[in-house]
Amino acid sequence: MALKASALKVGDTHSERVVENLSRTQIVQYAGASGDYNPLHTDEVYTVQAAGYPSVFAHGMLTMGLTGKMLTNWVGDGRLTKFGVRFTNQVWPGDTLDSKATVAAIREENGQKLADLTISTTNQDGKEVVSGTATARLDP
Amino acid sequence: MGKITFPVEATHIMMFARAVGDTNPVYHDAEAAKKSEAGGIIAPPTFAQAVAQFDPDYHLRPKAGEKWFGSAKGPSGIEGKPASSGGLHAEQHYEYIRPLRPGDVLTAETKPGKTWEKESKRAGKLTFRERVTEYRDQKGELVMIARGVGVTTERPVDQG
Repeated sequence: MALKASALKVGDTHSERVVENLSRTQIVQYAGASGDYNPLHTDEVYTVQAAGYPSVFAHGMLTMGLTGKMLTNWVGDGRLTKFGVRFTNQVWPGDTLDSKATVAAIREENGQKLADLTISTTNQDGKEVVSGTATARLDP
Repeated sequence: MGKITFPVEATHIMMFARAVGDTNPVYHDAEAAKKSEAGGIIAPPTFAQAVAQFDPDYHLRPKAGEKWFGSAKGPSGIEGKPASSGGLHAEQHYEYIRPLRPGDVLTAETKPGKTWEKESKRAGKLTFRERVTEYRDQKGELVMIARGVGVTTERPVDQG
């Protein structure tokens, strides 16, 4: 399932709910898979009492991974050539996140059609947690 | 930093995809993946973050026989020392030359990039540090470039 340049136009969007009511356990699951056991993500006692945050929070890379799921669901498997983000706000247990990609440009490079996308992931309060860009290969 | 060589494994890809809630069969079902455009199991776009598993000195993993700064009897296992995790992640960028596949043996070489500072109302002085990692496969071919930016804050980020 890949996108076709002929069927896509600038301004087209795709959005998905990438997580609902994020659990502390999913954050721990990401720690185990990624190898990043930072107590700020896995240890409520440390994070509140020693580090001074209201609770543990998600790895930025978990939010990027969730955002990437929306992207690959839309552009297809193995079609990204670039994917980059800035982490603009923290993501907390209980958050529900929606990710959206918007076509910014459709172009051709060495005979390959490409789409440049802008990306935004927001929480249940409409606050942006990730902003970024990606480029994907398209079928003609 | 320096160089780390590590195998890309199907079970690890499955676990990573589960952790980001991605049920796409291309990450866990070899038969379905073979019939897909990818032609076999591939890794999700942010999988290379798991290179941390293979870094013997990675500071955010508890190690046998060493004190850990997370909580145990007290809120931190390292008493009398300001609790620090080494900072937060500000940006992450990837350039993909080809997807990573089980059976790949990758060598990641990380080099420091730029450093800059910024004043912030929410967290005091911010120090940004860039790291650029090139991933090469078993043939020595470049498969991916990652650029990460970390930030250390003067104080915890104000949530107001």
